[in-house]
Amino acid sequence: MPATSPISRCDPQAVIIRHGSDPHALVQILRELQAELGWLPREALTRVATALGLTLAEVEGVAGFYRFLHLRPVGRYRVLFSDNITDRMLGSEALLQALCRQLGVVPGAIVGDDPLVSVDRCSCTGLCDQGPALLVNHHQVVTRLDATRVAQMAELIRTRVPVPAWPAEWSLVEDRIERADVLLASPPAQGAALAAAIARGPQGLLVEIERSGLRGRGGAGFGTGRKWALCRKAAGTGRVVVCNADEGEPGTFKDRVLLSRHADAVFEGMTLAAFAIGARTGFVYLRGEYRFLLEQLEAVLQQRRAAGLLGSSICGVAGFDFDIVIHLGAGAYVCGEESSLLESLEGKRGNPRVRPPYPTESGYLGQPTIVNNVETFCAVTAITLRGAAWWAAIGTAQSSGTRIHSVSGDCARPGLYEYPFGTSIRRILEDCGAADTQAVQVGGPSGVCVAVNEFDRSIAFEDVPSAGAFMVFDRQRDMFEVARSFTHFFAHESCGFCTPCRVGTALLVRRMDKLAAGHGSPHDLDALFEIDRLLRGSSHCGLGATAGNPLRETFNRFRPAYERRLRSLHLIPGFDLDAEVSIARQVTGRDDPAAHLEQQG
Amino acid sequence: MNPSASLKLPDGRRRLRLATTSLAGCFGCHMSFLDIDERLLMLIERVDFDRSPFTDFKKIGHCDIGLVEGGLCSVENVQVLREFRAHCRTLVAVGACAINGGLPAQRNHLDLGQILAEVYRERPGLAPGSAVPDDPELPLLLNRVHPIHEVVQVDYFLPGCPPSADAIWSFLNDLMDGRTPHLGHGLIRYD
Repeated sequence: MPATSPISRCDPQAVIIRHGSDPHALVQILRELQAELGWLPREALTRVATALGLTLAEVEGVAGFYRFLHLRPVGRYRVLFSDNITDRMLGSEALLQALCRQLGVVPGAIVGDDPLVSVDRCSCTGLCDQGPALLVNHHQVVTRLDATRVAQMAELIRTRVPVPAWPAEWSLVEDRIERADVLLASPPAQGAALAAAIARGPQGLLVEIERSGLRGRGGAGFGTGRKWALCRKAAGTGRVVVCNADEGEPGTFKDRVLLSRHADAVFEGMTLAAFAIGARTGFVYLRGEYRFLLEQLEAVLQQRRAAGLLGSSICGVAGFDFDIVIHLGAGAYVCGEESSLLESLEGKRGNPRVRPPYPTESGYLGQPTIVNNVETFCAVTAITLRGAAWWAAIGTAQSSGTRIHSVSGDCARPGLYEYPFGTSIRRILEDCGAADTQAVQVGGPSGVCVAVNEFDRSIAFEDVPSAGAFMVFDRQRDMFEVARSFTHFFAHESCGFCTPCRVGTALLVRRMDKLAAGHGSPHDLDALFEIDRLLRGSSHCGLGATAGNPLRETFNRFRPAYERRLRSLHLIPGFDLDAEVSIARQVTGRDDPAAHLEQQG
Repeated sequence: MNPSASLKLPDGRRRLRLATTSLAGCFGCHMSFLDIDERLLMLIERVDFDRSPFTDFKKIGHCDIGLVEGGLCSVENVQVLREFRAHCRTLVAVGACAINGGLPAQRNHLDLGQILAEVYRERPGLAPGSAVPDDPELPLLLNRVHPIHEVVQVDYFLPGCPPSADAIWSFLNDLMDGRTPHLGHGLIRYD
C-alpha cells in the first residue's frame, strides 16, 4: 500500500459501524483497521476518535500500547520470529539472521515510509512443540522453520506473493497430543453437560463445582467454585463470563490445542458458568498470536447458536440467555493478568487495575465478572457431566483432577501431556523422551526451575505448582543464558505503568547482559538481587513481582553458571572505559599513556 | 585536623580517617558539608581528615571513609576515583552528580568532538590558529559523563543536590557509630 493516503483503500466507518460505534470495542476496531491498512495512520485514528466520541490522544494511547498495532508503516510483510528460549534452542536466531541477509534488512529496523518488509522478534507464539516459528502480518504462522523455508520465504517476499498464497503446509499447526487423560481423551457430546446442569439447577451446579475441588488452571489456583459463588453473590446487576485465552506465558501451548480440538467443551464450560452465576454476556480473550484460530472458533459458536446452545432460552430454558464474543488481543503479555485483560476488553490500554475490588465484584464495565482459563472451562464441562466425586478422586488432596502440560525443549516427543496432579517430574521426563536433562522450567519464566535432585517432586499445588509450561533443558544448555532470555522477556513485556517494573526489569537486563559480556563481578550479583527485592516489594502487578524469578530460581540451582562469568573480585565497568577517551584522543591527536584508561583499575 | 592527633578516642574507640574529593561536581556538596558549622568541632574530635579540599593534602592514605562528590567526566576523575576506592574501606557517592551524573551529564546527548571543535576552533572571536588544547598535562575528557558506581563499587549513596548539612551530619554519625545510614523522611531528597 502506498504511504500516501492509505485511507482511500479502506473506510474506517464500515469497521466502526460493524462494532456498533462502541468505544469499548476500540482495540478490535484498531486491529481490524490495521489488518486492512497495514498500519494505523493518524488520519484513520482521528476518524475513529470522532466516531467513538473519544479524543485522538485516547485512541493513540491505546494504539501505542499494543505491540501488534503500529503508528507508522512496518512493511507489507511484517515478519516476527518467535523468540522463546525453545525457538532459540532450535536455531531461530540463525534463521532470523539468514532471512534478514537475504532480504537486505536489519532485525528490528524499519526503513523508509513504505518498506516492503520488516523482520523482528516477538515473545513466544505458543508453537514450541513445532518451532522455530514465526508470525506474518499478525495473522498467519509458519512452523518448523528451516534454511529451505527461510530461503523460499525470502523469494516469496521479494516477488511480493501475498501471504495467503504461501505454501499451505508452512502454516500447518499440529495438535500433538502425546498423553491424553480425562480432558484430552475424547470431547464430551455437545450439550450433554448443559443438560446435566439444567437438571441440577444453578445452585446445584455451583455446589458440584465447589465440591470437585477444581482450582483455576491459569496459575494462581484459586478455587473455581468459590470464585463463581463470590460472583453470584456480588451486588449489582449483570454478570459476565470471561475465558482467558491470552496464553502468553512462554512455553505454554495447551490452550491453543484445546481451542483447536475442544472448542465446544470450552464454550460449554463458559455457558455452564453463565448458568451458575446468571450471566448473559461472555467473552473469549484470544491472544493475537492465535488469530489463525478465529474463523474456526467463530464457526463453532455459530453452530452452537444454531443448536440452541447459545443465544436466548438456551436448551429451551426461559430466561437462560447467554452469548459469547471473541475479542482478539494485540501482542501484550500483561493482558493475561485478569485485570489488564478486562481493561483491554473495555477497549483501553492493558494496564493492570488496583485490586481490590476483584473482578468478581467489579469486572467488565463494573459488572461482577469471572475470569477463568481455557483449561478450567474444559474441566468444568467434564465435572458437570461426570460429577464432583469422580473428579475429586483424581489427583491429590489439594489438587483435584488432571493438569495438561505443554512439553517442549530437549526431548524426543514434545507436545501435550495430560496427567493427574501428583505426577512426578521424572515420570513426565521419561514419557517425553528427555535424556541427560539438567533442568525443567515448570510454569514458564515466572514459574519454578527444577534441577536433577528434585525430579522426584510432583506437579501439584502442594509441591511444584504449574501454569502449564514444561520446558526441558539438557546438560548442553547454559542455564544462565536461559535465565537471561527470560529476563529479556519480562523487560520486553513490562507495560511501563509502574516505575519499579519499567525501570527494574531494564536494570536486570543491563546487569545480566553485563555478566554475559564478561564484565561481571560479585558486586553485580549483589546489585541483581537488590533489584529483584525491589521488584518483588514494589511492583504494581505480578509481572514485575515475578520478573526476578528466573534469576533467583537458576542462581539457587546453577550458581557456577553465574560464577564462571565473574571476571574480577572488583567491580568492572559495563562498558569499554578506554573507548570512552576515543573522541578526545582523536580531537587532540594524543596517544600518550595518560590518554588511555585500563578497564580495571 | 591534626594528623598527629591521638589514634584513640577517650572512650577507647579508634579515631577514623576521612577523605573527600570533588570530581565532576561544583563543590556544592563540600559547601553543604561545611554548613554543619560548629558541629565540625564535634566531628574532628572523632575523625582525622586525610586528602580533602579542606586539608589540601594531594595524596590519599589509608582511610575509613571516602566521600566522593561529582561524576566522571575525565581520565583524571577515573584515576582519582580509583585511588579513593583502593584506599577507603567505605566509599560514599555524595550528591546528584556522583549518583546520576547530574548537571555535567547534560552534555551526554552531544558529541564531544563537536563540542570541543565549537569551543576551541569555530567560536567567533578566537585567535587565528586556535586549536583544541593537547598538552599531555591536561586530562582528556570522556565521551560521556558517568556516575561513579559504573566504574567502582560504591558502598553508600547520599542523595541531594546538594544533600543538606543535616543529612550529611546524620549520615556521618550513623556511619561512625556503626549504624546502617538511613536518612528517612525529611532528610532524604533528590534536589
